[in-house]
Amino acid sequence: MIGNFPYIAVIIFIGLGIYTLMFKRNLIKIAIGICLIENGVNLFLITLGFRKGAVAPIYTLAPSGQSMVLPTPQALTLTSIVIGIATTALILSIAMMIYKHYGTIEVNEVRRLRG
Amino acid sequence: MKEMSKIVRNVTNLVYGFIIIFGFYIIAHGHLTPGGGFQGGAVVASAFALLLISYGQLNAKKFLNINIFSLLESCGLTMFIVVAFLGLGTTFFYNFLANSGSWFGNMVIPGINPGDMNTAGVLPLMNIAVGLEVFAGLGIIVLLMADGAEFTKKKENS
Amino acid sequence: MKKIIFGIAFIVFFSFLVISAINMRPFGLPTFSEMDDYFIENAQSEAGANNVVTSIVFDYRGFDTLGEATVLFTTIVGIVALFRRITK
Repeated sequence: MIGNFPYIAVIIFIGLGIYTLMFKRNLIKIAIGICLIENGVNLFLITLGFRKGAVAPIYTLAPSGQSMVLPTPQALTLTSIVIGIATTALILSIAMMIYKHYGTIEVNEVRRLRG
Repeated sequence: MKEMSKIVRNVTNLVYGFIIIFGFYIIAHGHLTPGGGFQGGAVVASAFALLLISYGQLNAKKFLNINIFSLLESCGLTMFIVVAFLGLGTTFFYNFLANSGSWFGNMVIPGINPGDMNTAGVLPLMNIAVGLEVFAGLGIIVLLMADGAEFTKKKENS
Repeated sequence: MKKIIFGIAFIVFFSFLVISAINMRPFGLPTFSEMDDYFIENAQSEAGANNVVTSIVFDYRGFDTLGEATVLFTTIVGIVALFRRITK
């Protein structure tokens, strides 16, 4: 079971992210929770494509005689990281605009739709 | 946002050129070493964030112009789509420059080799286009959020 | 009362995660790797690049990269529209 340590790190990330998303009231802390869940999912994608005793999939000056890691999950994780940046930037900008309009940033007090 | 002390400003003046050149090296050698368009664009955008923090937001607005960044980002995405359409003779996104004799078209020695910069066809052009889009886009995000933080803070003092 | 329901739901969800992490396949032995073996063999002769990951991102799966560049561009348009000031 100690060989499964990367998967335990992934569930710690996702568990902490879901905990801050459910139990905290400040909007900035909710944004940090969303960012934690995205980082946990990216780590899970990379650890699915590992081969024991292999090197990085690049041919320039590689050590000879060894197999290579699977390159497809790394390519898809690049896309996922960039989309994570875009999501985090947009949610922080919306939090700034809520603060300008309501004067507070707690989730309980911005619930009523006012004019 | 107030500017930082004289030591921080002097170190920033020495260092930010090297960070920009290192980012462009990562973008240009994307087909030989680990890296490419997205990674190099993020490194160049961190140089602009360093300039914004150490000079304060009012001074940085004089030499970082948002309209030039907007133009560069649109040019980057347009160049990416034009390069994708140029191979439409066979299929969309066809690598029409690899293993031909012309620009970026040498053959690669199979197996482990020290890299040759003149290979890999369409890939360096796409790397440069995506790198241009990413660093201009992240620069716009950082500058706009710093400007907006000044604007939303005035309400609590009034 | 609401806190107790949230607490029980979170513990049930986290127990699903723990059970699935313990019963995953062993780390380092991928089962289906025919497509990636083809990419590692033929990326140097077809795409002409030493970096297999870059040739996958821009040559074999370039359409996904087009979608990602469009998502980044649309997000920046949204942020610029959010911070615009209407001057009278």
